Amino acid sequence: MDNQFLVTSSPHVRSEFRIERIMLDVVIALIPALIAGTIFFGIRALMLTIISVATAVLTEYVIEVLTHKEITIDDFSAVVTGMLVAFNVPPTVPWWIPAVGSFFAIAIVKMCFGGIGNNFVNPALAARAFLLASWPVQMTTWTTPGAVDGVSSATPLAILKGSEAVGAQLPSLWSMFVGNIGGTIGETSALALLIGAAYLLYRRVINLRIPLSFIITVGVITWIFGPNGLFTGQFMYHILGGGLILGAFFMATDYPTSPVTPLGQIIMGIGCGLLTSVIRLWGGYPEGVSYSILIMNMVTPLIDRYTMPKVFGTGEVKKVA
Amino acid sequence: MCAQILTFKGGVHPHYNKELTNRLPIERMPVPDEVVIPLSQHTGAPCEPIVKAGDEVKLGQKIGEAKGFVSVPVHSSVSGKVKAVEPRMHPSGRFVNSVVIENDHLDTLDESVKPKGDLEDLSADDIKNIIKEAGIAGMGGAAFPTHVKLSPPPDKSVDTVIINGAECEPYLTCDHRLMVEHPEMIVFGLRAILKALGVKRGYIAIEINKPDAIEAMEKAASGIDGVEVVRLATKYPQGGEKQLIKAVTGREVPSGGLPADVGVVVDNVGTSHAIARAIKEGMPLVERIVTVTGQAVKNPKNLLVRIGTMLKDLVEYCGGFNGEPGKLITGGPMMGITQFTLELPVIKGTSGILILPEELTKPEKIRPCTRCAKCVDVCPMNLMPLFISAYALNNDFNTAEKYHALDCIECGSCSYICPCNRPLVESIRLAKREILAKRRKQA
Repeated sequence: MDNQFLVTSSPHVRSEFRIERIMLDVVIALIPALIAGTIFFGIRALMLTIISVATAVLTEYVIEVLTHKEITIDDFSAVVTGMLVAFNVPPTVPWWIPAVGSFFAIAIVKMCFGGIGNNFVNPALAARAFLLASWPVQMTTWTTPGAVDGVSSATPLAILKGSEAVGAQLPSLWSMFVGNIGGTIGETSALALLIGAAYLLYRRVINLRIPLSFIITVGVITWIFGPNGLFTGQFMYHILGGGLILGAFFMATDYPTSPVTPLGQIIMGIGCGLLTSVIRLWGGYPEGVSYSILIMNMVTPLIDRYTMPKVFGTGEVKKVA
Repeated sequence: MCAQILTFKGGVHPHYNKELTNRLPIERMPVPDEVVIPLSQHTGAPCEPIVKAGDEVKLGQKIGEAKGFVSVPVHSSVSGKVKAVEPRMHPSGRFVNSVVIENDHLDTLDESVKPKGDLEDLSADDIKNIIKEAGIAGMGGAAFPTHVKLSPPPDKSVDTVIINGAECEPYLTCDHRLMVEHPEMIVFGLRAILKALGVKRGYIAIEINKPDAIEAMEKAASGIDGVEVVRLATKYPQGGEKQLIKAVTGREVPSGGLPADVGVVVDNVGTSHAIARAIKEGMPLVERIVTVTGQAVKNPKNLLVRIGTMLKDLVEYCGGFNGEPGKLITGGPMMGITQFTLELPVIKGTSGILILPEELTKPEKIRPCTRCAKCVDVCPMNLMPLFISAYALNNDFNTAEKYHALDCIECGSCSYICPCNRPLVESIRLAKREILAKRRKQA
């Protein structure tokens, strides 16, 4: 009967919740949007995504080999970053743009700061900002879905802003909902993104605090400050246009770069929404989701610090009846 | 009757695995040829032995005298001859002075074991004295001397007693079976506790995954003034003292405080049963129900076992191992303690022996924290385990203290849910120890 029993501290059972499964769930949740992107923009969108993912995974692997660190590509987080980088570029960019973006996201933003969990901004969004600053023409050349290569068009938000393509018609809300509009590979189909988001909510990978407060804030502000006076804004176009749905559900909810406290998560969402609305309505740039998330990423430690939940038993003592 | 389902904020839903034993009636295990009775089975000062090698002892005879107020005596669980009084291995991991008794299998009762009379005729002090003399300590695991709980300081006015029948630890079913099979004894024990405290209101709180126990307890409690059975959500750690009080009364035990601070005393169903036996039969706490369970036990059972029986005997009685055992745990899988040997006695706080198979206990890869915030969501104390743990692992115990490390109840929900397999509660436990050690040094 004498056996070698393993001696450890409790608890002795663990949930089935695993980080690699969570990341795989995010990959699964992004697939509907990838399919939509491929349908609207052609096989090129899929190719760019594959290049982006391959670069992300390879970059992480090579850096870990070179620095003699544990290989962590099996946690699928590099796959998620690669997909999100591709989702954030227009379908017309040269193939090396997502590759450079993914390399930047993994090598500089993620690995330089210590790998998974230690990056202080969202790697895919930092890559988008980097690409936009470095290759502004390629990164803002949009095509209408199904159009011949090279025929450029404007995004709905650019039309709303009136900054370019004066006289262009706004697409119908239905087109915006299914994604039949100009935009980046992954952001155009609200329908596909919401299917993925529903899956993440069902799997309890994310909760609604950040996405909902983000989207509602954008909706309310863009409605109040409309082009023809107060309460005339076309808020549905702001909600469905640009990267809001993608950003709210898939990027602002990024674990390492968003607050851990329930109140902090709501503040994060509202902050992102405010910044996005300000950039879109009064800034010189029709989009604003990525920059607003990046800015909120950087105040995340501060938010956590000031939104500590009230510890059980530290409130007012309820008097004995 | 109140059909409302009560609960608290946070917590987790582990696999309960209670079906291994929850339908099996309590079985009386044959008394072994030898028992080893440690002189410390409770929180507080150890007992002083009052027998020596060669002495004849009877069943129920006091063999260890309590030293001080926060202490309870120890009794012989068999009749026979004392073989030795010597340090033996104890489930706490230490060597503890223990009385080894050779059983003569006659179960000759000690003269002191006789009914204590009607509850109506006993005063509050009589009841507390009976409870102390019967060596009763909390049977939910912590083994705090029960008479101390029943003697709150005069500045605390207790108005509610809760009998804890939540049994939220997975696998364990000893409380469940006790409620199904001896509900009237539990109710009697509750009445004694109410009388000892001079309190009118008593609740028996049970998780709704035990409908048969709820039914039995409701039947036994019907018609008794001020006693009510309440339903709790099935969620871990529903049976944690602070969570239970919050769920049942809505009161929050203050940080660093005791249940008496909000006017509540909580006792386990097993404790209540032991009190009933001490009054009705005069029998001190010499046996208890132990759930022997786990996928690595051939025939899991609920056993009525004499204190001092070796774990080895229990496992043998249950048919031995099923496959390769990985972990041997006294208590449940969430808060139980792993043991490295079966050569340990059953003590007053042994609610279960859980043997998990090797494949369920393989250590998993620990990954870096991704700040997923699951630990914050599940913490029943509203703490931020990821930060306390990070500071603890960096030896920054001062900051860990600022993040309320001492409020941790060590339920393990954070480590259970962590997708990166981080040692959260494990490191918070370390922080608590360091902080308390520092406080003692400064005092």
